[in-house]
Amino acid sequence: MIRFLFKGILRDRSRSLFPFLVVTTGVFLTVALQCYIKGAEINVIRTNANLLYGHVRIMTRAYTKEIAQIPNDLALTGASALQDELKAAYPDMNWVARIEFGGLFDVPDEKGETRAQAPVAGLAVDLRTPGSPEPGLLDLAKILVRGRLPLAPGELLISEELSQKLGLPIGGKATLIGTTMNGGLTMANFTVSGTIRFGMRGMDRTGLIADIADVRKALDMADAAGEVLGFFADGLYPQERADTVAASFNARFAGKPGEFLPVLQTLKDQPDMEMMFSRLNDVTSIIIFIFLLAMSLVMWNAGLVGTLRRYGEFGVRLAIGEDKGRVYRSLLAESLLIGLLGSVTGTVLGLAFSYYMQVHGIDISALLKGVNFLMQTVMRSQITPAAFFVGFIPGLLASLIGTAIAGRAVYKRQTARLFKELES
Amino acid sequence: MKRIALALLAFAAFAAAQAPAPSAETILDRVDANAVPGNKILISEMTIHGRRDSRTVKSKSWVQGQEKAFTEYLDPPRERGTKMLKLGDQLWTYSPDTDRTISISGHMLRQSVMGSDLSYEDMMEDRKLRNAYAVKVAGEEPLDGRSCWVLELTSKTGEAAYQSRKSWVDKERYVVLKEERFAKSGKLLKGLEVKSVRRVGERWVPDRVVFRDALKQGGGTEFKVASIEFDAAIPEALFSKASLRK
Repeated sequence: MIRFLFKGILRDRSRSLFPFLVVTTGVFLTVALQCYIKGAEINVIRTNANLLYGHVRIMTRAYTKEIAQIPNDLALTGASALQDELKAAYPDMNWVARIEFGGLFDVPDEKGETRAQAPVAGLAVDLRTPGSPEPGLLDLAKILVRGRLPLAPGELLISEELSQKLGLPIGGKATLIGTTMNGGLTMANFTVSGTIRFGMRGMDRTGLIADIADVRKALDMADAAGEVLGFFADGLYPQERADTVAASFNARFAGKPGEFLPVLQTLKDQPDMEMMFSRLNDVTSIIIFIFLLAMSLVMWNAGLVGTLRRYGEFGVRLAIGEDKGRVYRSLLAESLLIGLLGSVTGTVLGLAFSYYMQVHGIDISALLKGVNFLMQTVMRSQITPAAFFVGFIPGLLASLIGTAIAGRAVYKRQTARLFKELES
Repeated sequence: MKRIALALLAFAAFAAAQAPAPSAETILDRVDANAVPGNKILISEMTIHGRRDSRTVKSKSWVQGQEKAFTEYLDPPRERGTKMLKLGDQLWTYSPDTDRTISISGHMLRQSVMGSDLSYEDMMEDRKLRNAYAVKVAGEEPLDGRSCWVLELTSKTGEAAYQSRKSWVDKERYVVLKEERFAKSGKLLKGLEVKSVRRVGERWVPDRVVFRDALKQGGGTEFKVASIEFDAAIPEALFSKASLRK
């Protein structure tokens, strides 16, 4: 019977093409939207993790309390030993030391006097150690606009916007005026080896990235780090795993006094991140629910309309002796087949589109002029296991339910009225 | 004869007790006169008690009146050779590592000097207190066994680094022994306590002072005068930007 129905669907396109297109379109849009929203969510999480917080973040207790001020006087000391310890205890994670710092970038003229000056927000990471994961985490090769990554001591990367603003070319020298770990004023000369575009308005105005060895020297922070960040080697962020790492690490120091003891926090514990996680989850769920509801109604309606349009056909089939139950069951089977074909096609198309979006993305930088919070300017989709069934199930069921309701008309159909209808 | 002498002594003591207290302005003038010398060469040590540890910074300063000062840091090795020049309301710092001279202005003036509880703004304060503040005597209080006037100073123009101050002034030596400095909001910003005073010529010089930045959590900064020479000959060329790089 299924083979017979399948042939009917293929050959009689007037009754199957419209429902098939509706289901395909609905499922395609559902899958594409789900992947896009998930991509946006993962983008935000990945950006915050790679650039700012890691999947887990270790700081001193005192540093966490005054974190908004980036208090490098409260930084972790003995960072190398701590990193070695962490590598041994959590071999499935990568650990990196970082220092955030602020200051002024002062560009001299030919006499050594200040020619231009701008406030900067710097990030010190391990750029020069062979095999360091930092260039990859920060995607430096990709965000490099001009020049090259720092290779020699004293070289750094500055944002393209800052380079333009200060009139500082590749190879240009400038002095960083900052604050040492002891709170004193410090000056250090740097050479610009390249310019970068972070893709985030705030960072693009004032950002620079320097090697941690140079910054430690400049800020008098020998073997110290503002924070040690941990990343799961597979790049994913499962909250449960992060919670387990946090619990086991923090248990070692529980009950011990000392404001300079380390404390490990997860990405979700970071400023605004818990709210962001919660909001992202809520917004994603609401958008997908509303969209699914709308799509289900459309597909259900397609099932209804498609069935009602075949009122005459039911009469003829009943008149030639076909059983009402058989007609009803064949309608349901047809609907299920159309739903199946439409859902498979829609899911495949949706996944194909999402894969393209995952690889290439959409550049929305033009829409973000004036926006000064951390946000990727290239939005990408992300295919997740949920994408394989999020559109498939409603695509299959909605039109089936619509057909099931509308198909009840078969049982009310009277063959006597059919002839009158045919005569008229 | 003995009776006459006793009577004169009693009269003198009575007269002293009955003498009108000097006005707040007079007290502040005497404080300014004691604190603002002509030329001086000063070697000092600043021990900064941070939250983790303490460290000592040694420096030598050449000061000409209120307008000009040149300081060279002698120790620790990281700071050695760092120099600062103040000319009127301008301040420059020179770092030998970078061979750069940078003007310190704007918000940088509020930054700590070498991580201490003193800011560059504190160092720049060169006007006589009498010129910058309106003053009144709030009372009298003993402090560490010394009889003091308690003065309340309020900025006349609002341009001073601190909106108001409360100062305990030694009645005999006209030295500020304790001071609290406040922001416009009334929040305590900084405090100082003079731990010892030494006499140099005609002047009383606080030679051990503890500064505390109320916004920092460290143990304060102890400023000790190792040696001081008043009215010393200082070559004028020292107070130039060129001398920073020498």
